[in-house]
Amino acid sequence: PRARLLCGPGLRRSGAGLLVTKCGLLRHRPAGGGAYWVDSQQKRYVPVKGDHVIGIVTAKAGDVFRLDVGGSEPASLSYLAFEGATKRNRPNLQVGDLVYGQFVVANKDMEPEMVCIDSSGKSSGMGIIGQDGFLFKVSLGLIRKLLAPKCEIIQELSQLYPFELVLGMNGRIWVKAKTVQQTLIIVNILEACEYMTAQQRKQALAKLSGN
Amino acid sequence: FMQRGLDSQTKKQLEEEEKKIISEEHWYLDVPDLKEKESCIIEERSFLRCEDLVYGRMSFKGFNPEIEKLMIQMNSKCKEEKIEEDDKMEADVSDEEMARRYETLVGTIGKKFLRKRDQRVLKDDDEDEDDEVEEGNSNTRPSKRAKKMFLKPQD
Repeated sequence: PRARLLCGPGLRRSGAGLLVTKCGLLRHRPAGGGAYWVDSQQKRYVPVKGDHVIGIVTAKAGDVFRLDVGGSEPASLSYLAFEGATKRNRPNLQVGDLVYGQFVVANKDMEPEMVCIDSSGKSSGMGIIGQDGFLFKVSLGLIRKLLAPKCEIIQELSQLYPFELVLGMNGRIWVKAKTVQQTLIIVNILEACEYMTAQQRKQALAKLSGN
Repeated sequence: FMQRGLDSQTKKQLEEEEKKIISEEHWYLDVPDLKEKESCIIEERSFLRCEDLVYGRMSFKGFNPEIEKLMIQMNSKCKEEKIEEDDKMEADVSDEEMARRYETLVGTIGKKFLRKRDQRVLKDDDEDEDDEVEEGNSNTRPSKRAKKMFLKPQD
């Protein structure tokens, strides 16, 4: 039998063929049995299983936190889904905190559920995101561009000053640098990156590192 | 007596009817089989499986050292899975040291499990070697190590 073909977001199987459901560029990856998907641009996030996202805690309901992830429903996060959490040792989450986690259940029929823990039980970077920093929203296409391996934008920014960055697949980015001014500069560059060409971006960064 | 025969007949009839029904059902199962062979396409709604995306948490220029370690870990997991087999971890102890230690180690631990008599013999042998007394008499023991015998109290 043939190797399985992966049809990614934007494509849907109908009968023996594929239907396109979104507008965008068709991409192909020949490795691993071949995969096709449509590289579309949108701002609204739809929860997908396995995606790492930044959520904002909106409510505590008994043993479960309600997080706003930018989708149609708030996601639920159990207090036991953290590394080293037991019934007595609860995580210190307050309303308004930021959490970086991944979806474990995310389909159109059920409320999305998140966890901050790996399949092997380790947190591997997920969990509460610390104090300070700045959270802002960008389009989903930019996030994917930034998450591409060897992204130029990220490489150029990393030359400027030390900072910390968390990218959520739901379009949310959290930045923290040493001073408020540096943080805001990074935020502005990332937001503007969407519509700047590579040359314009390099010019802007050259000005900044000159200052 | 006749009733038993009737029962067996009715039983046979019932069995035949059941078989007919079952064989009719068998007909229905054939049709779905043909349709199920076409699942060579997997539907996937996540971009993570399609594209090769980096881990979302990053830190630069030492702002958060834990996350920098994590970055290396996560990104090497994805790319260098094949290369891991070639790069063996450098051993803390070199091979020569290991061989030396092992030699002495085996001796010392081996002694631990000898019975008392054998232990004493071993000790004497060692001391003979250390003193380098080579008078050729392996039976005589140096006066220091006089065998502990019961000494009769002298009246």
